Amino acid sequence: MATGIRDKVAILGMGCTKFGERWSDGPEELMVEAFQECIADAGIEKNEIQAAWMGTCFDEVNVGKSALSASMALRLPNISVTRVENFCASGTEAFRGAVYAVASGACDIALAIGVEKLKDIGYGGLPEFSSAIGTTNALWFPNLTAPGGFALLASGYAAKYGVDIQDVKKAMAHISAKSHANGAKNPKAHLRRPVTEEQVMNSPMIAFPLGLFDCCGVSDGSACAIVTTPEIAKSLGKSDIVSVKALQLALSNGTEIAYDNWDGAHFVTTTRASTAAYKEAGITNPREEISMMEVHDCFSITEFVTMEDLHISERGTAATDIMDGFYDLDGKIPCQPDGGLKCFGHPIGASGLRMLYEMYNQILGRAGDRQLKDPKFGLTHNLGGFPMMNVCSIAIVGRYEA
Amino acid sequence: MKGGGSMIGITAYGGYIPRYRLSRMVIVQNMAWYFPVIMAVAGGEKSVANWDEDAISMAVAAAYDCMAGKDRKSLDGVYLASTTLPFADRLNAGIVAAALNAPEEGAMNADFSACLKAGTTAAISALEAIQAGKKDSVLVAASDQRKTKMATMYEMFLGDGAAALLFGKDDVIAEYKGSYSVSCDFVDHYKGYGKDFDYAWEERWVRDEGYGKIIPEAINGFLKQSGMSIDEIDKFVYPCYFTGTHKGIAKKLGIDPSKLQDNLHNVCGDTGAAHPLVMFAAALEEAQPGDKLLLAGFGQGCDVLCFEATDKIKDFKAPAGIKGSLASRVELTNYQKFTKFRDLIVADLGIRGEANPNTSLTALWRNRKMILGFVGAKCKKCGTAQFPALPMCVNPDCNAVGEYEDYEFADKPGKIQSFTGDMLAASVDPPAVYGIVTFDGGGKAFLDFTDCDLNQVKVGLPIKMSFRRRNVDKMRGYTGYFWKAVPQVQG
Repeated sequence: MATGIRDKVAILGMGCTKFGERWSDGPEELMVEAFQECIADAGIEKNEIQAAWMGTCFDEVNVGKSALSASMALRLPNISVTRVENFCASGTEAFRGAVYAVASGACDIALAIGVEKLKDIGYGGLPEFSSAIGTTNALWFPNLTAPGGFALLASGYAAKYGVDIQDVKKAMAHISAKSHANGAKNPKAHLRRPVTEEQVMNSPMIAFPLGLFDCCGVSDGSACAIVTTPEIAKSLGKSDIVSVKALQLALSNGTEIAYDNWDGAHFVTTTRASTAAYKEAGITNPREEISMMEVHDCFSITEFVTMEDLHISERGTAATDIMDGFYDLDGKIPCQPDGGLKCFGHPIGASGLRMLYEMYNQILGRAGDRQLKDPKFGLTHNLGGFPMMNVCSIAIVGRYEA
Repeated sequence: MKGGGSMIGITAYGGYIPRYRLSRMVIVQNMAWYFPVIMAVAGGEKSVANWDEDAISMAVAAAYDCMAGKDRKSLDGVYLASTTLPFADRLNAGIVAAALNAPEEGAMNADFSACLKAGTTAAISALEAIQAGKKDSVLVAASDQRKTKMATMYEMFLGDGAAALLFGKDDVIAEYKGSYSVSCDFVDHYKGYGKDFDYAWEERWVRDEGYGKIIPEAINGFLKQSGMSIDEIDKFVYPCYFTGTHKGIAKKLGIDPSKLQDNLHNVCGDTGAAHPLVMFAAALEEAQPGDKLLLAGFGQGCDVLCFEATDKIKDFKAPAGIKGSLASRVELTNYQKFTKFRDLIVADLGIRGEANPNTSLTALWRNRKMILGFVGAKCKKCGTAQFPALPMCVNPDCNAVGEYEDYEFADKPGKIQSFTGDMLAASVDPPAVYGIVTFDGGGKAFLDFTDCDLNQVKVGLPIKMSFRRRNVDKMRGYTGYFWKAVPQVQG
């Protein structure tokens, strides 16, 4: 009988670059920057790493196929390196590969690194993906972009709960303003200027009803983690240990896009993955037990509905919690304390690991101006693809044996 | 075995005029500085195909209008008439037939092209095949979407549209009474291979020596051959975008002006190879049992066909027809938008718009019903209608494999579940509007929307499906099609 991942693996060290328009740096420089911080934090030698996983999404415009880019950039000692790609869950997938390798006993110390170099394409937004959706889908998919695909949630949600889309937009504006306020406190964040809700509401329309400030930063960056067993971490002299409590993925099986029972106003995958993650972590009441979250706020509306899919806000009540400040930095469950995808930025393959980096630093009391008081459990959430077909990953980390 | 009743003729008709109308005054206001002569024909408006429409997509719209309530599976062939077909070598009629989910086995489809009377020639060919007992049911669709240079008389005269006639033996609404043709190499205009625009000769010569002489000669030829007198005919349907000449021909033949079918210059302009059939469909909408209608098509000669409406014409009504299509109109007040839709001006689509993935012809062949016919599946085990039909049934309680039967979504009404208007997507008519549609009778799909104004789109609004041009691959010369949802703003 499977017992889950809880407390089987510890995070030995983490690193993360400043995210942003890193015009002077390629993916190799970014990986090395994150890795150097990470290995210093771990306090080990490079040749102690026995296996590595690398997460990237747009390999076509980024590092190319295979994990050779990581192996070569980090001059890894001819160990196994595996490139994983699962849309925006790619970074968390890399982490999962390393964590599972350690948990299985296949190796003692493993590396997970995520990287994305998005600003080499010459235009704003994510790289165009008509050639990345599959040969058959390419014959019929709508002319969609990421903001448009997620914007569908807003009209679907407003219709389902009979609320004015402008009220949904107001809550979305609070989400973005909150993340900007948090990002302003974070020296590694891409976007560091606070904005008002009014500025968010009045920003130029990108995909109705999402304005420019409802969309996250498109950034270059890298983040990484070195993981091992709690026993080895202790033997290496670590006293304050952050361990993995849960790691869950859920993928759409096509019901949302083709079966009538989906309402277009929530994520089927997040609803499932979060339930499984709480169970794995031994959490029975997430609204009371989760201390903080980094969720996939690629767009403000994504964060909005995710609050319900994580079983923290009741269905139909996310706007109330959001407007009450429940998810603000000084609220009951701060969401995006590091600024989120919105302001920290979103180099896709790095994002899952960057979220874990913030949770790790918060638990270890290293979060500077953003430091929360005694956080116990931190939840990270990625959502790749589109509301009607997506990949969701959830990780929960916390103090070892807490 | 082909055969059946002795009466043959028209068993259904349909029409399609795109919803955009461009007032000729708008053209004059924008372009008369360059060529003031266009002010002479500044009255009325012309129909303008949306940016995602072409001769094929409009033919499909007219064909569906015609085939509503008819069995598309019993078609022996689809004939497509047009001078603006997107493929020089790939049967364009085959795309229309695939969009109709018409039979492949035993069917013969054909393109009739390179002449403005291609529509009437296709009609005669269909009727003669049925007359000969070789076919029972042939659909003729005629459609044109001609590109015109800015500040020309053609820009003023020409509109876009399509019409379709179903010929057969059962439930004939207008009996075929014969045909007559004149064929001669009279070149009033031509379009060279690979050229975008027609090259026209002097209007006065075209009017006087072309339309003005050849149409009367063909009509007189038909009357002589059939032994009918001109007074027996109740309606004369022939194209001529010079309205004065159009009337002058009637006068020359001694036709009562009330018997002359309007050339639609004021409401949609001349729709090219489609126009004789467009005008004829409009005439059939008004025809009474016993009416004799004469249809002529002009171009390198003239075809004349004669029909007599039967009692059954009272029971037939195309869902839209020409009248309905004309009533569904939106004024295009922005001349630059018109010129961009026709690719006459260069506007930047951005680097994102440069993406041009090759179309996999093997994937298209495997999925031709899905892509061209918008065919999904209905699970025989659980009854779930679904699109796309992946190998396993989408119903989580079923997941049956190999239990599908074809299920057509193209003619199913639906409702909008969610939508957006996307300014980031590369589009010649931003924002790109798309969303999720749920179909009455089950099933849903994630689709582009078209023919809509974002401000009028609402969750719950009904939609109808429309076959549209999805992509144009200029590098390889390929045009791709799929279905889009059209929000039904009125009603």
